[in-house]
Amino acid sequence: MSTLSRKDVAHLARLSRLAVTDEELDLYAGQLSAVLDAVAQVQKAPVEDVPPTTHAVPMTNVFREDVARPSLPRDAVLAGAPAAEDDRFRVPRILGEEQ
Amino acid sequence: MSSDVTTMTVSELQSALRDGATAAGITQAYLDRIAADDDALGSYLHVDPEAALERAAAIDGAGTAGTGLAGIPVALKDVVVTEGVPTTSGSKILDGWKPPYDATVAARLKAADTVLLGKTNMDEFAMGSSTENSAYRVTRNPWNPERIPGGSSGGSSAAVAAGMAPWAIGTDTGGSIRQPAALTGLVGHKPTYGSVSRYGLIAFSSSLDQAGPMARTVLDAALLHEAIGGHDPLDSTSIDAPMPVLAECARRGAEGDLSGLKVGVVRELGGEGHTDGYEDGVLARVAEAVALLESMGAEVREVSCPAFDLALPAYYLIAPSEASSNLSRFDGVRYGLRVGDDGNRDLDEVMALTREQGFGAEVKRRIILGTYALSSGYYEAYYGQAQKVRTLISRDFSAGFADVDVLVSPTTPTVAFPLGSRVDDPVAMYAADLCTLPASLAGVPAISVPCGLSDGLPVGLQIMAPALADDRCYQVAAALEAAQDAARGSRFLDQLSRRDAQPVGGA
Repeated sequence: MSTLSRKDVAHLARLSRLAVTDEELDLYAGQLSAVLDAVAQVQKAPVEDVPPTTHAVPMTNVFREDVARPSLPRDAVLAGAPAAEDDRFRVPRILGEEQ
Repeated sequence: MSSDVTTMTVSELQSALRDGATAAGITQAYLDRIAADDDALGSYLHVDPEAALERAAAIDGAGTAGTGLAGIPVALKDVVVTEGVPTTSGSKILDGWKPPYDATVAARLKAADTVLLGKTNMDEFAMGSSTENSAYRVTRNPWNPERIPGGSSGGSSAAVAAGMAPWAIGTDTGGSIRQPAALTGLVGHKPTYGSVSRYGLIAFSSSLDQAGPMARTVLDAALLHEAIGGHDPLDSTSIDAPMPVLAECARRGAEGDLSGLKVGVVRELGGEGHTDGYEDGVLARVAEAVALLESMGAEVREVSCPAFDLALPAYYLIAPSEASSNLSRFDGVRYGLRVGDDGNRDLDEVMALTREQGFGAEVKRRIILGTYALSSGYYEAYYGQAQKVRTLISRDFSAGFADVDVLVSPTTPTVAFPLGSRVDDPVAMYAADLCTLPASLAGVPAISVPCGLSDGLPVGLQIMAPALADDRCYQVAAALEAAQDAARGSRFLDQLSRRDAQPVGGA
């Protein structure tokens, strides 16, 4: 049986940049263990020498002419941002005090 | 022809427009229906009556209403971005966001002079099978308001079934057009993957997501599909091939001659020995529909697709994995919500708090599951294995289509289930997509067409065809629809009891 502990969920949440509450840790640990149990069947599939399908249709790289084209107006894009300053997205501090 | 605008098919609306009805009148009739009924049903997240009427009046003024789709109202699932019109994908993290551009699907419908009625409710980021995961409101099934309307395009399905839109755009990742269509008595088609542009659809699982039509009749679905389909250079996965003629195939199918057609009933989807989880009423309606296809000349046989038994676990590894990557763009920087930016917290903390507050439980659950399935040490056992199962499923389709022209199954194992009955049990909720997942994983087209009632609730038949043979889905679905309508003496949706009728021309 596949199980995820509260500690596992907390670690995965950190990797996913998700803050989670104690209640959520309890809830997800239980639910995700049940989901993992249900999906573990794929491990029994007879797939020796079977190539993976990453995409439903054959893919080739798509090129376009290397010419400059107009993009969306800067104002229109920045209008949807949570914070903008000097024609740019304003982001929270990235480096900590000690860096 | 019915005189109630809001029960007309699109073909009838086109005739009405040519006979003197106005786009403004028709739009007003739908807006009145929305104003009267949508508080109870919760189909729409955003409606702008003034903008809709202004646009309809402009089309009337230009004198084009009634040509092509000009003057016909349409509703769009809120996952389709629309320039200047709020688009949330059912999530609080995009609350109030107005996109700076149109998705190709929206642009094509705009160019065809349709009238946007509004944006419809959906499970957050299209994750769900009941529209109970919307961050805004629950949508109810017009056939029984205590039941779910399906998901994730449940807002679109409820709006069309209840006469609050003549048709709507949905998106289908694992079944989110076909399952809600089946549960509300509509026709819903998932086109061949790559045949309708994904440009401007807010991505959930990029190798599976596909926009498509939800409509009252097979012909209407084909007309809407033709309007949105075809190659788009803005989508690098868009197939650059001619689109089959769809509306014409639907018309031909309605003539009811299926001689020469070979129909395969999928054993693993409700066939002999595989009926666990399937309701008797659903299996009975599907068997009757198959018998009807046979009576029209089709040759029916059972086809075994053993890998379909693994579609559900494969899907619930692949889709969350792609979602965990796609949803990383919601970081509180470029659009939407930002939480905790008080000058003392760094970017990582702000991002985690924003995503905690902005995402709902199902979205977080899938992001965490996808992160796990993609993580070092588990990748091969889960994600890699699921992608190999996907190959097996495609091979089953190829083998099946070597023997038959179309494969059929129930669209869903059960009729619409009660609201709240599966919200705390993700495994039970995921089972709602049992029948729709194989076609999604293989990228082949599939349609759901109503095939009767069980316990007073609609049942859908799913018809699957090889990639790019969408026309075959429409032809067979139209034959079934026409035969059933003839036997019943009315259209399927006419059985849904109607409230006060809206006369042609509206208010």
